[in-house]
Amino acid sequence: MNKNIAALICGILFGTGLTISQMSNPDKVLAFLDITGNWDLSLMLVMFGAVATLTTAQYFILKRSKPVCDSHFHLPKTGNLIDSRLILGAMIFGVGWGLVGFCPGSALAALSDGKRDPFIFTIALGIGMMLFSRFHNKK
Amino acid sequence: MENFTPYSALIGGCLIGLSAALLLFFNGRVAGISGIIVDSFSAEIDNRYWRGFFLIGLMFSAAVINTFFPVAAVTYSRHILLVVVSGILVGYGVRLGNGCTSGHAVCGLARLSLRSAAATLTFMSAAILTTYIMRHVLGD
Repeated sequence: MNKNIAALICGILFGTGLTISQMSNPDKVLAFLDITGNWDLSLMLVMFGAVATLTTAQYFILKRSKPVCDSHFHLPKTGNLIDSRLILGAMIFGVGWGLVGFCPGSALAALSDGKRDPFIFTIALGIGMMLFSRFHNKK
Repeated sequence: MENFTPYSALIGGCLIGLSAALLLFFNGRVAGISGIIVDSFSAEIDNRYWRGFFLIGLMFSAAVINTFFPVAAVTYSRHILLVVVSGILVGYGVRLGNGCTSGHAVCGLARLSLRSAAATLTFMSAAILTTYIMRHVLGD
């Protein structure tokens, strides 16, 4: 299997999962984040389904010496380092996520839902990512 | 909890997990969307293509479902400035913290990474607190 075709299929599955679970709808995400409101636990079940599936599959996949289309597995090399950069980054992301209810994947999936917000969000997301490159100009 | 949709949530979640598993199986890569977006512009040229294909697949399948089989009516619409600020914070934050919901809360937790657990706990708490302030303090 070609790397690009594999990635296309994975993208299709990912977008399908996000959309049918309604995680591409920011109202659904905020209904989970608003724990004192009319709490909707759906997001937790999406995460549970995803983590359980991946953990199980990964157990077998990582027994292989290499992936099908590459010479080795590219897993993060950051280990278990928990530093101020990680925590500050996660806090900034969390505040942005809680403001509107979009994360990067959900905004891309929402681009086709007929609303204006996902377009504005995606452009702003790109600006935020580029601002980071400007301020942290290191390899 | 009348809005709770357990079946579609579980099925959707399993599909996301399956997607991440297949990306690891075939390409040996972690399905963190923010990383895939950034690296689709900045990785060495040979490694940009699969990322582009992944993102196109994600947007395409969502478009097919949104157009032909919409799951539920979407009614949200927020102030443009709020959306801009939110997008910039998310874009900056995911790069500083090396990942978003998919990278830390799905792939990282599945790898039992303490680092991702710390990130997930932090952004969940920050998002819950922000939503609380927006809805119940400021009454947005």
